[in-house]
Amino acid sequence: MILRKIAIAAVAALSLSGGAGLAAGAGGHVEKVDFSFKGPFGAYDQNQLQRGLQVYTEVCAACHGLRYVPLRTLADEGGPNMPEDQVRAYANQFEIFDAELDDFRARVETDHFPMSNLSNAPDLSLMAKARAGFSGPYGSGINQLINGIGGPEYIYSLLLGFTGEEKTEAGVTLYENTAYPGQWLAMGPVLFEDQLEFADGSSNSMEAVAEDVAAFLMWTAEPKMMARKQTGLVAVLFLSVLTVLLYLTNKRIWMPVKRKEKNA
Amino acid sequence: MAGIPHDHYEPKTGGEKWLHSRLPIVGLLYDTIMIPTPKNLNWMWIWGIVLTFCLALQIITGIILVMHYTPHVDHAFASVEHIMRNVNGGHMLRYLHQNGAHLFFFAVYLHIFRGLYYGSYKAPREITWIIGMLIYLLMMATAFMGYVLPWGQMSFWGATVITGLFGAIPFVGDALQTWLLGGPAVDNATLNRFFSLHYLLPMIISALVAVHIWAFHTTGNNNPTGVEVRRTSKEDAEKDTLPFWPYFVMKDLFALGLIMVIFFAVVGFMPNYLGHPDNYIEANPLVTPSHIVPEWYFLPFYAILRAFTADVWVVIAANWITGGIIDAKFFGVLAMFGAIAVMALAPWLDTSRVRSGRYRPMFKWWFALLCVDFVVLTWVGSMPAEEPYATISLIASAYWFAYFLIILPLLGVIEKPLAAPATIEEDFKSHYGAASGTPAE
Repeated sequence: MILRKIAIAAVAALSLSGGAGLAAGAGGHVEKVDFSFKGPFGAYDQNQLQRGLQVYTEVCAACHGLRYVPLRTLADEGGPNMPEDQVRAYANQFEIFDAELDDFRARVETDHFPMSNLSNAPDLSLMAKARAGFSGPYGSGINQLINGIGGPEYIYSLLLGFTGEEKTEAGVTLYENTAYPGQWLAMGPVLFEDQLEFADGSSNSMEAVAEDVAAFLMWTAEPKMMARKQTGLVAVLFLSVLTVLLYLTNKRIWMPVKRKEKNA
Repeated sequence: MAGIPHDHYEPKTGGEKWLHSRLPIVGLLYDTIMIPTPKNLNWMWIWGIVLTFCLALQIITGIILVMHYTPHVDHAFASVEHIMRNVNGGHMLRYLHQNGAHLFFFAVYLHIFRGLYYGSYKAPREITWIIGMLIYLLMMATAFMGYVLPWGQMSFWGATVITGLFGAIPFVGDALQTWLLGGPAVDNATLNRFFSLHYLLPMIISALVAVHIWAFHTTGNNNPTGVEVRRTSKEDAEKDTLPFWPYFVMKDLFALGLIMVIFFAVVGFMPNYLGHPDNYIEANPLVTPSHIVPEWYFLPFYAILRAFTADVWVVIAANWITGGIIDAKFFGVLAMFGAIAVMALAPWLDTSRVRSGRYRPMFKWWFALLCVDFVVLTWVGSMPAEEPYATISLIASAYWFAYFLIILPLLGVIEKPLAAPATIEEDFKSHYGAASGTPAE
């Protein structure tokens, strides 16, 4: 009885305090999005990641950077899976200062994405893991347990959350946004209808574009997600079988002790 | 080594005798693995093996992570990203290490509360208990310093807040804090010493774990009845016990397997659930996060730290009596460490002669309330320091101290305990029928 209470108490303690996003994201309104990579079996959609890369390059990269992401990883199987020549061509568009040459040269696959152009535009490499949605009522973490931590949903909601209101404070224009915790942020609306065309003819509505780029930023933050889930699945299956075998072994060993003379 | 009579290792071949007369290591291992163990142990006795596993997991993954990590404020965050992106299997190593810490604390709390309920801390196991508390303290220090190493926002600000506690000590506080940090603020010197100590302390923990095991192998395990194994003869002892191998090794491994299934599901499918998103932002001394929260396993004591604000009467009284030396901040620090100290003193605070809570009708309820109290403290520790959480944390903190300082000493006097079974054998038979008992030949 009491033991069960302890166990329940401990589990409750875990989930109560588990809500990863106790602070970040609190206050703002974060939408639910049905991303393809959700859940234990969810996977990145390669086409979506490639579209997201296009949105990132044409819109976000004007100000933001991806300093931790090596360009070569665009060819990764668990990621956008782009052909090598396309990755090279993509990398070549950007310049980098090479200290050995003492000059600028075109980037190659082994270089990283360029850094942010604006000092107040945060790097986006890890943004999808650095933000969160609603953790759950009373900080219980229940919502995040069921729906995930909510980083990409936050990015999606932020991109679509502009109300159109503006104000100027100390010479800085701030834009009202329903997803942003402080309501007013320095970044203005960046997505518009029919802003860009996708080569695969996919929808270019604001919602679709926001979802594509949010998925891409989840990949930049967690590039090994596919490998991780696969390892997790194999480990869970293997350990489950092992646990069943151990259960049977344990039962067999204890049987004579627990029912000695009944069997004899 | 055990005080319970049992068969010891006898070297048979010439080679074995040669080794045994020079280094009785095989005998030591044999006696350790074949130790007579009370046969009525329940499933709460599996956490020891889980903890041993956690320690090994953390040390092995940690050693490999160190091969790729750079302890420098300019490179630490990027080197962790390097591990996550470029090192073969690095993301798994890092997530195993990170979530391994969560499992470690989850298991240690269940292990401690097991001991509190079944009176495992009582004579003659006080040394085991005290060593255990030391291990727990070192675990907290190690986990705290490890959390600083990725050099994220929560690493930096957590380190700033926690080392600030030492600054609250009267007279020497500021000097002590500067000495601990290696400078006026958390910086490269702090990161380097935390890295060094994060590597050192697990080695000390390993040594203390060996002493912990040595101590309870000397006294023998406690068990759910709290009744001691009969030591009158080997035959009597064998009616109460079974050798650790294979009976308890198999049982523990089965339990460990089950826990590993859950653990790997967490690592594989939701590795960041128990972490904090802010730690994926590189440390920035100029930007303070809106809400600085420690990892969940510190929250109960963090709640106690914050509970004693300047308007609480005990704080006002302490301040007045000491002429202002003890202010609210220092009182909070004393309360936080005091909360662990009173737990460590449980063997001397508990006056009841009955060991196991199973035969203590009143104690049961107070203990259940302590479990609830622990959960409540964990929860309020994660909430902002405002009403109603401030009042809740004050009440919950008060109960924590009351349990150890008032309830445990009083219960031993006023409580009428139930009759415990005379022997472990009797308890075992009452569960599995009169026919059960010794293993088949």
